[in-house]
This record gives sequence, structure tokens and C-alpha cells, in this order.
Amino acid sequence: MKLPSLTALLDLSWSRVFAVFLKELVQMRRDRPTFAIMIMMPIMQLVLFGYAINTDPRHLPAVIEMREDGPMTRAFLASLQASTFIDIVDIAYTSEEAEAALRSGQATYLISIPEGFERRLIRGERPQILIAADASDPVASSGAIGAIERIAQSAFAPEFQGPLNFLARAPPPYEIVVHRRYNPAGVSAFNIVPALLGVILTMTMVMITSIALTRETERGTMENLLATPVRPLEVMIGKTTPYIGVGAIQVAIVLAVAMLLFRIPFTGSFLAFLIAVTLFIFANLMLGYLISTTARTQMQAMQMTFFIFLPSILLSGFMFPFRAMPGWAQAIGEALPITHFLRMVREIVLKGAGLSDVLNDLWPLALILIVLASLALLRFRRTLD
Amino acid sequence: MSDIVIDVRGLTKSYGGRKVVDDFDLTVPRGAIYGFLGPNGSGKTTTIRMVCGLLKPESGAGSVLGFDVLNESLKIKERVGYMTQKFSLYEDLSIRENLEFIARLYGLDRRDERVDAALEDLGLSERQEQLAGKLSGGWKQRLALAACMIHEPEVLLLDEPTAGVDPKARRDFWDAIRRYSAQGVTTLVSTHYMDEAVQCDSIAYIAYGKKLLDAPTAEIPKQVGLFGWRIAGRPLLQAQHMLEAAPGVDIVARFGAEIHACSKDAAALERAVRAVKEAQPHVEIEPIEAGFEEIFIYLMSGALDNFQ
Repeated sequence: MKLPSLTALLDLSWSRVFAVFLKELVQMRRDRPTFAIMIMMPIMQLVLFGYAINTDPRHLPAVIEMREDGPMTRAFLASLQASTFIDIVDIAYTSEEAEAALRSGQATYLISIPEGFERRLIRGERPQILIAADASDPVASSGAIGAIERIAQSAFAPEFQGPLNFLARAPPPYEIVVHRRYNPAGVSAFNIVPALLGVILTMTMVMITSIALTRETERGTMENLLATPVRPLEVMIGKTTPYIGVGAIQVAIVLAVAMLLFRIPFTGSFLAFLIAVTLFIFANLMLGYLISTTARTQMQAMQMTFFIFLPSILLSGFMFPFRAMPGWAQAIGEALPITHFLRMVREIVLKGAGLSDVLNDLWPLALILIVLASLALLRFRRTLD
Repeated sequence: MSDIVIDVRGLTKSYGGRKVVDDFDLTVPRGAIYGFLGPNGSGKTTTIRMVCGLLKPESGAGSVLGFDVLNESLKIKERVGYMTQKFSLYEDLSIRENLEFIARLYGLDRRDERVDAALEDLGLSERQEQLAGKLSGGWKQRLALAACMIHEPEVLLLDEPTAGVDPKARRDFWDAIRRYSAQGVTTLVSTHYMDEAVQCDSIAYIAYGKKLLDAPTAEIPKQVGLFGWRIAGRPLLQAQHMLEAAPGVDIVARFGAEIHACSKDAAALERAVRAVKEAQPHVEIEPIEAGFEEIFIYLMSGALDNFQ
């Protein structure tokens, strides 16, 4: 038996190579959406995430609880306002008001100056400035705490002059006490694990439904389906509902792991959680289905899924503190179902929120769901045109 | 009820500026088997899709079973069985699951009974749990026909239903279509096979989007008015070259050991054939009636001329 020679194995015609190369080039040019995604994806992601990712979070929202109104506390407040670390969103005069802002996620910090602060300061009683930080997102909460200490130092320094010169000493004549709320130990897993549920559901629900119609088109079965009297809404519902069950199983698994393995306390309303997660699954299914009305091949559908998936991780508050992102990045985040789900799941699981606490994010999620479903229905082609 | 089942006028559809179907008219009476012929890419599939509402015509109008093709396509879809050119049932579903799926989409009563009957008809009862994708080409065609018949449609639109199917299966297929026709089912069937064409009551011939011929099958030779001669014997190559070069000879087609030469100009054809006989005395010549094969080859070449 003759073995094929090395030259036979290496026999290669550059003209054939070129022919194949040209053919691929032509095919790539014909497949405009894939081409556009291939080009646009890295550009957009560089631009988006390059600006949005911020490991030194600034402009985090704070609510100030002012129980005292004197020259020194006003100077402190002015310094806080001038600081870029925190943005004062509200000045509360009762602690209920301040606590509500922290719980609803309107504020990441609650800075509380007690009554008689100045008097006790001068008497040398070391009054406390209380910082309550929402530690359900440890990255967001830890950054600015140190900053607030420095702000206090520089704000009070000019005040400790003349007759009050004796106060300009170390340690300072006041004490800054930090309370980490909702996640006292600052455990990252408390922040990540409930949020991971959102990421897992986004990934799988969108991906599965994104090929729902695409596969029919690609395999040629769409023609037969359209030749029957089936209606677009019937196809939409019929094709997405099987995955609600898949989503439910995923929810159960993540919850079980979160509670048994990570010992995450489920402090809030289970009903609120069920409503939030159901709405979120529906929204993701519709998002995937919308993709499948647009993508012509399964490959395109996959690429579009990732196009949704990356901002869902990076711009939703999953990886980086939402409030520390620039405004336009927050605007994109607000349009993603996962952003609203993440806030709700953190509030419910970690902060003990009930249904009324999460309404702020429940209605935007419902709105997104309705918009996605309507777009998908409108885009469904009743004909092969 | 009207006796005209399919009645479309002026159907036009273009892709990328090219008219794929141009001003197409068709009238099909109840119970007829209407053959739809034409070369590849002539617009047959596009026309059938417009008739059953899968494509929106740019212009033109018409009705199927009295329902408007533009606005009442859902009603048409309920009463029409459409068999696609490419197998379009689910390869990852079993034979039975496919039929059940279709039966459910049409909202049929006595579903199990109908599916059982269809499987029995097909002779697939034993293999009903087999995946459709595992079937051979011929069986896939039979399954597709059963699927588009399960809701007892009044009209069958069959797009090259027997392409790539063996002769025995094709014969069975046509037996079935004739049986349905006898029950009053109207059939529009596209095909490339001339032996199937002659089984149709009427034939519409389309090329390059235009309908060139539409007549009862028996009248087609007379309408086209093609004359033919048979030239037999060996060798034939020289004779073939002579005929191809001769003026007034439209078609020179080789059939094994004979040549069929056809033309609309009987005198010119006879002159050319006799000249061949003189030059090649060993061949035998004989006038014949032009067959469908020659007629359609003639039509196709004629259509080409119009568009060149």
C-alpha cells in the first residue's frame, strides 16, 4: 500500500484558497446583521463599559438626617454638598423619612447628625455622626465611608480656631460611627447571589426564546406553520410558555442554593418576590421572542442575545454600583428588565421589603414587558415576505 | 356555490426590482386537477404562495373558494391544504406527533381517529413513533401529503410534490390525487415531469414569471401547433448537426437512438429533414405528432427569446 506523500498532504492551491476566501467575504457581506454586530459590538462595548465601569464609585446618593442646625453642622453639610463622592438627594428631618429613603434604594447612605451635636462637641463629649450604609452592595457602600471621614475633618478644621482652638486635636472631638445595614458583615455573596438569579434567568430565558422562530425559519418549517390558520399571538404564547416552567425550576435551584449554601437570609415578602420574578421571566421571554422575530439564523439570534446579555451584567448594577454610573449609562440600565429585578430582589431578600416597597421597580418592569410583547407581535411576519 | 374555486387576476410579485410573477391569471374549476408547469425559477412557487396567502401580491386580486386572497387569507388557509416544495414538517417530531400537531392547529374534532386513519392510509401505522427526519424522501412526501389532507381541505396546492420520488411512489401519489379529485377536491399541482403533466385536466405553463399557455391538456398540441419528424438510425450525430443548423427547425431533441425535430413551420421542417435523408441515406425519417416534452422544450426556448 502506498502512503500519501508529504507533498500530497501539503498540496495546496492558492487560487482555491483565494476562491474560498472570496466566497467567505461575499457571504459575510451578504449577512449584514451579523457583520454589523461583529463590528458594532466591540466598539459599543468599549465605549459603554469603558466609561461606565467605575471601581471608585462617586456620586452615590445620600440622605442627610439633620437634627441640629448650627454653624458647624452647616459647614459640614456644605462640604458634603461640594463633595463628588456623594450626592445629597434629600435632607430629612425625621428618622422615618430617612430610613424609608435608605430602604427603597433612593439613597445608599444615611448621614445622621444628632441633636445637640455642637454643644456636646464643645463640651468634649465626643458626639457621634452616624453613617448608615446600604451594604447590600458592599462595593458601593465601602468606598465613600472613608471619604466622609476626610470631608468631616476638612469641614470642621476652619471652625476649630480662635476660642475653639482646643478642639483641633487628634483624635477629633467627634466620632464617626458606621452602620452597615442589610449586610452587616459586608459579605459580597449576599449582594451577588440574589442578583445572580437575575443574570441566570436573563441568559437562559432570552437565549432559549431567541431561536424560537429563527429555528422554524432556518429549517423551513415556518412555511408550513404559516400555511396553517395559526395566529401570531398563538405562536408567541405557545412558544414561550414552556419556558416559564424552566424559569421556575431555575428560581427554585438558586433560592435553595442561596439559602442552604450561602446562608443568605430571606427577610422580605415571598409574595412580592414571586410577583417580581414572574414578571421578570415574562419580560425576558418576550425579549428573546422579539429577537427571534428579527434574527434570520440561529447564529444571529445567539449574537443578539449576547448583545443584550453584556449590558445586562455590566449596566444593571450587577457588577458595578448603578448610582455611580454616568447618567446615560443609567438610562440604558433602566431600560433593561434585569436592572429592575436586581433592585427588587435585593430589597426583598436583604432589606426585608414588601410589595409596596418595590412598586417603584415593579411598574417599569411591567411597562418593559408590555412594550416588548407588543413589538414582538408587530414584528411577527404573517407571510414569507 | 360557485364552480370556480381558484380565480386570480393580474397577480404580480417582484424581488429586488425583478418581476418574478408578472400579471398572472388563473381560473380553476371545482374538482379539476390543474397542472402548473415551467422551468426552475419561473415563479411557480411564488404564485402558489400568493394563492394561499403566504405572500402578499404587489398587485392583482382574486379569490379562493370565494374568499379574497388579500384580506381573507386565514379563511383560505383553513380550507386549503398546501404542500411545500421542501419538506417542512418537524424532523425532530415523530410521524404521529407531526400529524397531531397539524390536526390541533386546524382545531379538528375526533383528532385521534383522523390521525389513525391518516396513518392507516399512509401505511405508516407501524412506524408512527419514528422521527419524521428519519424517513426517506419518498415517505417524507407521503407524510407531507397526509399532513396537508388531514383537515379535509377543499383545495390542494401541491408544489412539486413528487420531486425526487421513485416512480412507484409517484404513481401512488397520483392515484391518491385522482381519488381526491373524484371526491370534488380541486388540485393545483406544479411538476417537472411530463408523464405527470399529461395526467392533469388542464395545464398552465409559466416561464420567467409570465403565463405562456393555459389550456385543457388535450388541446395543448393543437394550440401550440408544433409539427414533428422522427429521424432514426445510427450514427445520428451528423444528422443532428445538420438539423440544428437548418433554418426553420425550432427543436432538435435526442431520444436515445432517434432524433425528434420540431417546428411550427411544417414546410421548412420537412425540407430540412429531407435534406438530412439525402445526405445520410442510412437514417429513417417519419412524421410524428409533437409530444409534451417537445412542446415544453419549444415553449421554454421561445420564452427565452422573448426575454433576451
